[in-house]
Parts: sequence; structure tokens; C-alpha cells
Amino acid sequence: MGLGLFHRHRGATPYLLLAPGMLWLAAFFLVPLGFLAYQSLESGSIIAGFGYAFTWAWGNYSSAVRGYTGEFERSFEYAGLATLIALVVSYPVAYWIAFRGGRWKNLLLLFIVAPFFVTYLIRTLAWQTILSDHGLVVRLLTDIHLVSPGGRVLATGTAVVAGITYNFLPFMALPLYVSLEQIDQTLIEAAEDLYASKWRAFLRVTFPLSLPGVVAGTLLTFIPAAGDFINAQLLGSPTSHMIGNVIQSKFLGLQDYPAAAAMSFILMAIILALVLVYARAVGTEKLTG
Amino acid sequence: MTSVAAEIGRPRRSVLAAAWVYLRRHVLTIYSILFFAYLLLPIGVVAVFSFNHPKGRFNFTWKGFTFSNWTHWNAIPGIQSAVVLSLEIAAVASIIATGLGTLMALALVRYGFRGRGTTNFIVFLPLSTPEIVLGASLLTLFLHMSSVIPFGFWTILIAHVMFCVSFAVVTVKARLVGFDRHLEEAAMDLGANEWTTFQKVTLPLIAPAILAALLLCFAISVDDFVVTYFVAGTNTVTFPIFVWGAARVATPPQINVIGIAFFVIAVTAMLGNVVLQNRRAKAA
Repeated sequence: MGLGLFHRHRGATPYLLLAPGMLWLAAFFLVPLGFLAYQSLESGSIIAGFGYAFTWAWGNYSSAVRGYTGEFERSFEYAGLATLIALVVSYPVAYWIAFRGGRWKNLLLLFIVAPFFVTYLIRTLAWQTILSDHGLVVRLLTDIHLVSPGGRVLATGTAVVAGITYNFLPFMALPLYVSLEQIDQTLIEAAEDLYASKWRAFLRVTFPLSLPGVVAGTLLTFIPAAGDFINAQLLGSPTSHMIGNVIQSKFLGLQDYPAAAAMSFILMAIILALVLVYARAVGTEKLTG
Repeated sequence: MTSVAAEIGRPRRSVLAAAWVYLRRHVLTIYSILFFAYLLLPIGVVAVFSFNHPKGRFNFTWKGFTFSNWTHWNAIPGIQSAVVLSLEIAAVASIIATGLGTLMALALVRYGFRGRGTTNFIVFLPLSTPEIVLGASLLTLFLHMSSVIPFGFWTILIAHVMFCVSFAVVTVKARLVGFDRHLEEAAMDLGANEWTTFQKVTLPLIAPAILAALLLCFAISVDDFVVTYFVAGTNTVTFPIFVWGAARVATPPQINVIGIAFFVIAVTAMLGNVVLQNRRAKAA
């Protein structure tokens, strides 16, 4: 008797559990995307006082690309560079923690995520201080002639890439660590027993096995980096602005909603396309295996 | 034989060669230490400059040591209310998001049902959308609803719950996947009904994951700037928005004080957790 009741409820239970959260995501994630799409096809002018009207204005998309090609290119160039640097810089450390960390692993991981506990904006402002014209870094780089006398690091693309790299480094290092940590050490030992050099064992065994972490890390870094505008705003200059800066100022400053909405969709579409190409290039069977 | 060769070789080795060998052996360790120095450098800068006594409006160059920024942390108009608002929103948003997320995680791990793949995908989607798109789309929604929900506390809260839910689902799911269901079956066999089993067995076992989700959501919410900036309207100021506004006209050292205070609290909590985990691991 009780069992019958139990079974009857069982069919509905998962949906009841899901309902509140899914409704929230539907109402405040999916529906807003629809509004954004709708807005991106509106035309008109807020200055004229009539607001915007929906007119299938596909022209918003082409003029966004034509008018801001540089910003789009820079977004993906900076994000790509920062992702690559973050990967190269943090891989050895993730490796070191995973294989040599011993009982200090948890503490070392805490160091990795430590920057996250200082507000993003304050971290970036700290880089403003570090890279400032009379700061130590500029003096050092001038001394070794990497920066010409009187030259600056702040307000350049280099500073923006440096800031993005730093800010998203934990997103790269953590998944790398997780995938390296899971590797069965005996596989590496086996390779060495079979006379593979340490380097060869790394290239043929360790690195391929850590690929899921590489993929996760690069995606987790690249996606937010491509949409970022804080680093370009605080560490760059208008010549190093990214598409995020344009979207932000059009939405919140100029209230040119249709153009900004169109740019947001283009940004999302390019990211999606790049991710798909990337996933195909790396091979999904490697991700699941 | 090799040891003999080594003994013959040793006196010939110069200090430089010995240093080279040492360097080669420890290159990864040395590199890692440099990496951590780089990672912690900005935090050190923020901490040091929280004791600065700047002459102008900007806190970029060292002018002298003072404690007054710490004792007068709320001397800047608006900073205290901004901090309080951030904490309030983070507290409420993390509780709602963790609640919703835990229920969803239970459904996703425990039940096979039609639409499970789609649900997983929808949960994953906000995590892989750039923040600026999340903020922009919510702004267009709220622009159309501004007569119902005015920009401010509620719009920020709604937004924060939205991007926290997915993090909560992922965190709790990870714990549920490794869950031994025999424990629940045993409780049921002993006559406990579904609700009692959930209360007495399931909940205590997934409590650490719920706590982790709560803390993660809190940290993400307190720190969020991009989405908040889009949906806050003009009169509602959270701490990150305060910092953003300040960065243009003046950067009082009190900003550093609050940044470091948050940092110390968070790191202490995490360290406590690490110590606890180590002790538990030793006991097991």
C-alpha cells in the first residue's frame, strides 16, 4: 500500500525538485537572452525620444562588425595570448603540486586560489600600482632595455594581457592540477621502465593524460577573458580597448541598446564557434577517455 | 664502478657545476616558488598600501606609514553602506542559490528522467557564457520590467542567484556522485520513510558539499562586478561598484583595508578547513 504511493510519487519527484531552479534559470537566463536577441534587431534612436522599435534591423550586426573590427580582433587576440601564457606558466606548477606536493597539496592549492579572495577590481588596481610609470617593473625593464627610456607599460596592450593572464590564472591551474593528480603514477613508471627518457615519458604519457585539464583550463580562461573589459579599462588605453568596453559603454553610457545587444550576440557566436572548433581539434574522445 | 667514477670526477667539479646540478634537480621547485611569489605579489601590494598615507587622491606611491586607514575604515562616505549591501546580497543570494541548486543536484544524480541531458546543458550554459552577456541580457529584461521590479537590491539579488545556482549544482553534484546509496537503503529497510531517510541519512552526508556551495556562492556574489554593474541601476552601490567608481576619481586606502579584511577572513576559513581535512584524513 505504502509502496504504491511511493511509486506514484516517484515519477514526479525529479521534476518537482528541478522546478524552482529551472524556473529561475528560465526566467532570468533564457528569457533575457530572448530579450537581448529582440533588442538587437530594433532600430531607432533614444535621443529622438521615441525609443526603439523592432524592425528586423539586421544592419545592427553588420555595422557592429564594420565599426568595431579592431575591438573584436583585440578581444580574441588578448584572450588567446593570455590563455596561452597562463597555460605555459601554470602547467609546471600544477605538475609540481600534483607529483611533489605530498601532504602540502591542500595548502598549495589554497595559495593558487588566494588571489580570488581579493576583489577582482582591487587586484587589478594593484597591477596598476605595480606597472605604474615610476614603479619597479618599469625601472627594471628600462634597465635591461626592454622598455625604452621614458616608455611605459601601463596603458599598453601588454599591460592588459598581463592583467588578464593574472586574473584568470587560477581557472587554468586548478583543472590542470585535478587532471594531473588523477594520473596513475605506475603508468609513468612503466614508460620509464621501458627506457623512455623522463622527457619522452612526459610527452607520450603524462601530457596526453592531462589533456582534459588542458581543455577545461583553456576554456575556463578563454571564455571570460574574451568578454572582459575591466583589465582594458584599468590597465589599458582606448587603443587597447576590447569589445567588452564597447558593449559596456554602449549599454550603460550611450544607451545604444540595439548596437550593444548585436555586439553581445556576435561575441557569443564567435566564442561558441571557437570552442566547437577547438573541441573538434583536440578530439572529444580524448576528453571523455 | 659508477661510484668510483663519481669519486674521481668530484674534485674536478667546480662550484659552478655543482650549482648547475643543484639547479637542474630543483628547477621545478624554484620555478614554483617564483610562481607563487608572482601570484601573491599584488595581494602584498594591496596589503602594504592599506597602511599608506597618500598625499593626493590616488594611492599609487608610498608616502608614509599609518594605521589610521584601518581605524577609520569607514571614513569615506558611502563605503560602509556599500560593504553592508554586498554582504547582505551575498548572504541572501547564496542561501537561495544553494537551496535551489541542492534540489536540482539531487534530481540530476538520483533520478533517470526525460530531459535530464537538456537540464544538465541548461545548468552548464550560464557557466560558459561571458559575464558581460549575462549582464547585458538581464539589463534588457529589467528595462522592460522596470515598472514591476525597479533597478536596485532586487534586480541584483535575482542576478546573483541566477549565476550562483549553476555553481551550487556542480558542487553538490560532485559529492552526490560518490555517495553510497546502501546507507539510504539500510535506513529504509529499518522502516524509515523517504523524508526521514533524507533528513537523518542523506542530508548529514551531503552537508559538507552544501556548506561548500554556500561559501562558494557567497564568495562569487561578494566579488561580482560585471553583472552587478549592469543590473544595479544608478543609486544602488555594492562594494565592487564603489571601487569601480572610486578608481576613476580617487582610490582611498580604505578600499585596500576592506579588500585585505575580506581576504584574511576568507583565507582563515579556508586554512581552518585544510587543517580539519588533514586531521580527518589522519584519523581515518
